Amino acid sequence: MVNILLKIEGISKRFGGLVAVNQVSLAVKEGEIFGLIGPNGAGKTTFFNMLTGIYKPNEGTIVFEQQQVQGVKPFRIAKLGISRTFQNIRLLKDESVLENVMVGMFGKTHTGLWSAILGLGSAKKEEELVKEESRKILELVGLAGLEDELAGSLSYGNQRRVEIARALVSKPKLLLLDEPTAGMNADETNEIGELIRKIRKNGTTVILIEHNVGWVMGLCDRIAVFDHGEKIADDEPEKIIANPAVIEAYIGKEDTEEVNKFAAN
Amino acid sequence: MVLEALFNPYYVDIVVFLIIYILLGLGLNLITGYAGQVSLGHAAFFGIGAYSSAILSVKADLNPWLAITLAIVITFVISAILGLPSLRVREDFLAITTLGMGLIIQSFFKNSSITGGAYGIDSIPTPSLFGMKLENMSYLIFLLIVMLIGIYAVRRMTQSRIGRAWMVIREDDIVAQSMGINTTYYKVLVFAIGGAYAGAAGALFAHKVSFISSDSFGFAVSATLLSMVVIGGLGSIRGTLFGVSVLYLLPEFFRLFQFTFIDMNYLDMYKMMIYGLLMVLMMRYRPNGIFGKKGAKKVMTKRLHKKKAVKGGEHIA
Repeated sequence: MVNILLKIEGISKRFGGLVAVNQVSLAVKEGEIFGLIGPNGAGKTTFFNMLTGIYKPNEGTIVFEQQQVQGVKPFRIAKLGISRTFQNIRLLKDESVLENVMVGMFGKTHTGLWSAILGLGSAKKEEELVKEESRKILELVGLAGLEDELAGSLSYGNQRRVEIARALVSKPKLLLLDEPTAGMNADETNEIGELIRKIRKNGTTVILIEHNVGWVMGLCDRIAVFDHGEKIADDEPEKIIANPAVIEAYIGKEDTEEVNKFAAN
Repeated sequence: MVLEALFNPYYVDIVVFLIIYILLGLGLNLITGYAGQVSLGHAAFFGIGAYSSAILSVKADLNPWLAITLAIVITFVISAILGLPSLRVREDFLAITTLGMGLIIQSFFKNSSITGGAYGIDSIPTPSLFGMKLENMSYLIFLLIVMLIGIYAVRRMTQSRIGRAWMVIREDDIVAQSMGINTTYYKVLVFAIGGAYAGAAGALFAHKVSFISSDSFGFAVSATLLSMVVIGGLGSIRGTLFGVSVLYLLPEFFRLFQFTFIDMNYLDMYKMMIYGLLMVLMMRYRPNGIFGKKGAKKVMTKRLHKKKAVKGGEHIA
């Protein structure tokens, strides 16, 4: 029996009259690659923002490793081992790639004000360690040699890799990827797929939001489908594509029969 | 004293006040340059340091050294509290909020009985070391040491993990939080430390001039300091040294040579005009300041190259 890493029960988020996420329950097992798909505006990113503490759910519970984390401040959640990337890349564009990744280690380091000012050995040692870890992660995501480039000068695909490296450097237990392949070509997308498998192998559970359905089907162990703030399905990939509710959400009701015909062929 | 005779006390005073402004600039650069929290009320921290040390040494009759030390601690604490709005508002709104707080505090100095009201506080004692009163040249040397320590501490802080936290908060608050940075703590911390620098500057100012009144801690000082730090380059120590020195010495330079075409009685007004003009020119031609971050500049030129490349391509097509 594999442990449940993340258990979400009935969480909702309302912005005034708009219900962005409505009564969603989910369980993610340790070591899974879990996909979240759904049309634009289905509430996937809002869901991520609740997991990472940016938004406080109006109701429901989020249990991460037997600990309730709904409404806990983002920096504490990060320290617990939930790390993320952003849909619209949020790097420090005027800083080097290495510096960007080093930021991800913040929650793992402890140098205080006085040891920083006095330049104590422990502070220097910690800084070296952070650098070393960051370089290792950059190598893992395939960006070795680009450490000193400005993050803003990299290609779109590489900027996404820097984001993944920044989220990964703290060795999180759970990694949340918000559209990791947006704007990438087919080759780059496949490389990211390989990278995610590698990340899982290293012991990190992954939840990802993605629009590229074909790619998600091949990569994920389980997939949840969101539509209008509600979870309409949650299953293995093969069962998801056969699920009428999912097809309806993506293509619309009237065309469903034709799709079934198409699928049968 | 041989040393004292060698130097014109007027020049010595100019350098002493320059160093006090550099301390103020370093503190403001931490808050606004490194951590990105715009402050238009830095003169208030300066005043709190000056009044604390003055009150403690004159009314409570404390040793000036103890008064100065306590003044720094007091400013550290009050600045942390005054930094709390930065948790709610940012950028332009924070500038207005800090401006308002600065005015309120100046008004407090002017009207409270503990600060001597409109009259201010006089006979603030000169500190002495080993039985020697620190005046003129010896005070300058002492301030020089304080300044070097101040610069060293800023350098160490900003190049450490703490500086990294401030930098991320400046660039992107959401990212900072998501990377495990307690943004509340680090924002309050930067106001406290930047305020403590201003507190030190204020205390050292009070014991130099021996008489303080609320006029020395008005909005003009806050605005001047912000111009100095921005023109020098936000987030750069060299920039602060340069910006403060040039903008502080420029008016003194005019005073020295007695230009016939400027009426010296209005020097302060000309000063603000020149600062304003410089700010506008800087924003137009060098928004990162004279010593602004290299990174930003590199990105700018790279973008330029990209544009050129695209244009070239169009010609071929």
